Amino acid sequence: MRLFQFLGSGFISFLQDVGGIFLFFWKALIFTFTPPFRFRLFLKQVEFIGVRSWLVVALTALFSGMVTAYQVHHALVKFGGQSVLGGVVALTLTRELGPVLSAIMVVARAGSAMTAELGSMRITEQIDALKIMAVNPIQYLVTPRLWAGMLVVPLLTAMADLIGIAGGYVIGVLVLGIDHGIFMAKMKDMVELVDIMSGICKSIFFGAFLVSVCCYKGYYARGGAEGIGRATTEAVVISSVGILIFDYIMTTLFF
Amino acid sequence: MIKIKNLHKSFNSHKVLRGVNLEIPQGSMTFIMGGSGTGKSVLLKHIVGLIRPDEGEIWFEGQDITKLSERELQKVRKKIGLLFQEGALFDSMTVAENVAFPLKEHSGLSEKEIMHKVEELLSAVELLPAKDKYPSELSGGMKKRASLARTLALNPQVVLFDEPTTGLDPILQNTIMDLIRRVKEQFGLTCVIVSHDVPLALRYGTYLAFLHEGVIVESGTPKEILSSSHPYVTKFLESALMDIKKE
Ligand SMILES: Nc1ncnc2c1ncn2[C@@H]1O[C@H](COP(=O)(O)OP(=O)(O)OP(=O)(O)O)[C@@H](O)[C@H]1O
Ligand SMILES: [Mg+2]
Repeated sequence: MRLFQFLGSGFISFLQDVGGIFLFFWKALIFTFTPPFRFRLFLKQVEFIGVRSWLVVALTALFSGMVTAYQVHHALVKFGGQSVLGGVVALTLTRELGPVLSAIMVVARAGSAMTAELGSMRITEQIDALKIMAVNPIQYLVTPRLWAGMLVVPLLTAMADLIGIAGGYVIGVLVLGIDHGIFMAKMKDMVELVDIMSGICKSIFFGAFLVSVCCYKGYYARGGAEGIGRATTEAVVISSVGILIFDYIMTTLFF
Repeated sequence: MIKIKNLHKSFNSHKVLRGVNLEIPQGSMTFIMGGSGTGKSVLLKHIVGLIRPDEGEIWFEGQDITKLSERELQKVRKKIGLLFQEGALFDSMTVAENVAFPLKEHSGLSEKEIMHKVEELLSAVELLPAKDKYPSELSGGMKKRASLARTLALNPQVVLFDEPTTGLDPILQNTIMDLIRRVKEQFGLTCVIVSHDVPLALRYGTYLAFLHEGVIVESGTPKEILSSSHPYVTKFLESALMDIKKE
């Protein structure tokens, strides 16, 4: 009985979160179209997310590309198909690893910082201060971050794709000895524009999702410094797990 | 001016306001007094619509503020300023940027005019030397004054001050109160000041109200308050004035 109650209340608060996050995203989106337009804040957020995240994304992509090349090679050798290595690595990266890893790294670097920043603004009444100065805090704080996320995450994904493939090339061609021409040819054969675009589409969605979650958790943080810590952890967990779940759903449905 | 009728507010099961009735006279310097944690800050936040009551009405310019939408509230908030107890300065901005913020948002002044106005406000609160500092580099009293400058920037009609002088030295307390009184007279403001400081309230206040156990137990001019027979009010006054009387 206790267990059911526990699960029940957990489920209800989960549903509340889902509804709250969606509503929050929707409000931030709608406020894009009412003046004042906060272009400068948007640029500042682009810089914030980009500067914080690009190096980690690049490193993650490089090593993922390299390790993918090894693993795929290992599998392909079993039936003598190692010539397609370039294609398989590029597909894996553009369709899956690029968008997912970039998004998760952005969560870790920039998303968590957003939650902490908005959380501290909530706790110290800065959000209320915006309100009483007749400035809409969602429009001021969340809308620029939302658009920055939807722009920067795809850009980082494109970068991750390139770097990851480069890593795969280094391992495949320079270390495992696959011919440069074959590697490149197979890659061109197998990867279509659609594959790249599917990854980029995913990443736009991930960007919107992770910013919504991270801002929502910060915006409604309560309970002092401890509350900010809790909100940050929750934001990171929800966005990371959410990204993987949505990735699965989108892949099976659309791509 | 502002009329609060039967205001109730609970947080979870904790009843903070239990039927507050208070009329704030136009052009007055109204002091709201009461013990720590009695809900003075909560009461002020209701007046600007940051908190919605469970029950009750707040009338300002023929409108019940508690029934307004967020968008309608924005108009009211340009007329009613609030100085937060902890200052609530934006910590990503310098002092000058904080004071400039409401002007940039709403005044329509040019960059240069804003700069000028900001310096004027900051020198009024004796904070001009600290204008390029960030809030984290300020003392508590400096934050209060910066926040005061920001609140006054938009020339509101009504300003609510949540403990504007708590934590300042006595000389600065008087400077700030004189400043508040001066702008009040200059612009015909109505000021509502939350404070524990009885001597200050008696000196500057034109109307005093005591919040106790969720209701206003006594209100009136300083003279009326001094002759009050309400046990809580007399106790409050006695504790505060004891040292002075002894002399
Ligand atoms: N957002 C909130 N959620 C829950 N409880 C709250 C909230 N805001 C205030 N309270 C509670 O309401 C009561 C009154 O708080 P308030 O801040 O108004 O006190 P105060 O009279 O301003 O005290 P002080 O003089 O110490 O500033 C407190 O018990 C506080 O815990
Ligand atoms: Mg208070």
